[in-house]
Amino acid sequence: MFDFLDMDALLGAFWVTVKLTVYSAIGSLIWGTLLAGMRVSPVPLMRVVGTAYVNVVRNIPLTVVILFTSLGLYSTLGVALGGADFEAINFRLAVLGLIAYTAAFVCEALRSGINTVPVGQAEAARALGLSFGQVLTLIVLPQAFRSVVNPLANVLIALTKNTTVASVIGVAEAAYLMKGWIETYAALIPIAAVFAFGFICLTLPTGLVLGWVSRKVAVKR
Amino acid sequence: MTSVLYDAPGARAKVRNVGYTVLFVAVLALVAWWVYDGLNSKGQLDWAKWEPFFTSSQPYTAYLWPGLQNTLIAATLSLVIALPLGAVFGIARLSDHRWVRAVAGTVVEFFRAIPVLILMLFANQAYSDFTDISSDVRPLYAVVTGLVLYNASVLAEIVRAGIQSLPRGQTDAAKAIGMRKGQTMRYVLLPQSVTAMLPAIVSQMVVIVKDTALGGAMLSFSELLSSVRPMSANYGANTIASFTVVAVIFVALNFALTSAAGWLERKLRRGKKSTGAVVHAGPGGGLEAVKAPGGGVSTRGDFTSGAGGG
Repeated sequence: MFDFLDMDALLGAFWVTVKLTVYSAIGSLIWGTLLAGMRVSPVPLMRVVGTAYVNVVRNIPLTVVILFTSLGLYSTLGVALGGADFEAINFRLAVLGLIAYTAAFVCEALRSGINTVPVGQAEAARALGLSFGQVLTLIVLPQAFRSVVNPLANVLIALTKNTTVASVIGVAEAAYLMKGWIETYAALIPIAAVFAFGFICLTLPTGLVLGWVSRKVAVKR
Repeated sequence: MTSVLYDAPGARAKVRNVGYTVLFVAVLALVAWWVYDGLNSKGQLDWAKWEPFFTSSQPYTAYLWPGLQNTLIAATLSLVIALPLGAVFGIARLSDHRWVRAVAGTVVEFFRAIPVLILMLFANQAYSDFTDISSDVRPLYAVVTGLVLYNASVLAEIVRAGIQSLPRGQTDAAKAIGMRKGQTMRYVLLPQSVTAMLPAIVSQMVVIVKDTALGGAMLSFSELLSSVRPMSANYGANTIASFTVVAVIFVALNFALTSAAGWLERKLRRGKKSTGAVVHAGPGGGLEAVKAPGGGVSTRGDFTSGAGGG
C-alpha cells in the first residue's frame, strides 16, 4: 500500500516548498510594502503607477508569470539571477515570479489595513499638534497593523499553496514529486492522501494560529 | 485630497510633491531604459517578431481564439457545477444539526487547504485509472474537476457569509408566520442573500479563469497560455511578444470581470430591494460581510485559507 513512500524524497520536496514559501513571503512583504506606500502617497504619479502594477499583475495568472520567468527571462533574455546550475536557476526564477505576483496581494492587504483607520483618528491627532511622523507611528500604523493580520494570513496561506505552480518550470517541490509518483506507482489514492496531508500540515496551523492572533489584536470598534 | 495619512497639501507640501514626482520619473525612466535595452539587445523588439499580431489574423484564428475558447469553457463549466455544490455545503454549514455542520465544515476546510494543482493532478490520474474517458478530453475533465472541488468550497463560504449578512429579524419573522426551516431558507433567506453574494461570485470567476492556465502548463490542456509555445515556434522565436499578447488578453478578460463585480457591489449598496449588505472578497480571499452604510460594524469572518490561486 505505502511501498512508494520514500520519506527522504518526500521531506526533501516539502522542504523545497517551505523554502519557496519563506523566501517569497519575505520578498513580497518588502515589495508589497513599497507598493502600498506608493498607493497611499500624496504624489499622484506614484499612486497611478502603484495602482497600475497591482491591477495588471493581479489579473495575470500566476502560471503565466512563472512560465514567463523561465521561457521569457531565462531562455530568451539570459536572466539567470546568479544561479549556478539548472536547479538553482529555476528555484530563483520561481521565487522571483512568486514575489512579483504575491506583492500585489500584500499591497492590497496593507492598504485595506490603513483604510480601516477612521480619518477622525488622524484629524484628532493633527488637532493635538502631532507631526506627520508622530501621526503615522503613534496613531495610524499601530491600528493598521492590528487589522492587517487576518488579510496577510490569507495571503500567506494562498502563497503556500501557490508554490506548487513552481513545478511548471521544473522546481522539484511537492506537486512535482507527486506528479512523478502517480505516473510511476499504481497507488493513486494513498499518494494523493500523503500530499494532501502534507499541505494540510502546512496551511491549517498557519490559519489557526494567525486567526487567533488576529482576533487577539483586533481593534474593537 | 485628505486621507488618514495627510491633509490637503499646502504651499510647501505642493513644492515637495513636485520634487518627489521628478525623482520618481527619473527612477521610472531608468527602469524603462533598462527593460528596453535588455529586450533590444536580444532582438526581441524587432518588428518581424511583433508584426504577425498586427498585420494578420492568423495568430488569433489559429492559436489565440481556440485557446481562449477552451479557457472560457473550462471556467464557465467549473462555475456552473461548483455553484450548486457550494450552495449545498454553505447551507449545510448553517444547519441546526451538529453532525451535518461538522461533516460539511470538514469537507469545505479540507478542499480549501489543498493546492488546486494537487487536485487537478489527482483528478487527471483518477480519470485515466478508473474511467475510459478518451485522452484528448481528459485534460478538460481534470481541470474542471480540480477547479470544482476547490471553488465549491470557496463558494460555500461565500454563500454562508451571504446568508449570515441578513438581519436576524428575517429569520424571526419567517418563524413568526409559521414557516418551517426549509421554507425559511428557500423563500426568505436565499432569495435575499443572492444579491449580497453576487459580487463575490463574479470575483471568484477571476480566480477560476486564472487557475485554468495551470491545466495548460501541467496537463497539456490546450487553453490560452498553451498557445504561447506553438506561436513562438511559428513566428520566429517571438517569446516575449507571444507572452505579452496572452497576458494582455488575460488582463482584459479579468479586468472586465473585476469591474463588473465592483459595479454590481455599488449598485446593490444603493439598492432598495436588498438589505444593502454585500459579501466582499477581501485581499488574499478572506470574506467579510459589509453591512449597509450606517448599519453597524462590518463582521470579519475568520477564514483559514485564502483564494487568489495560480
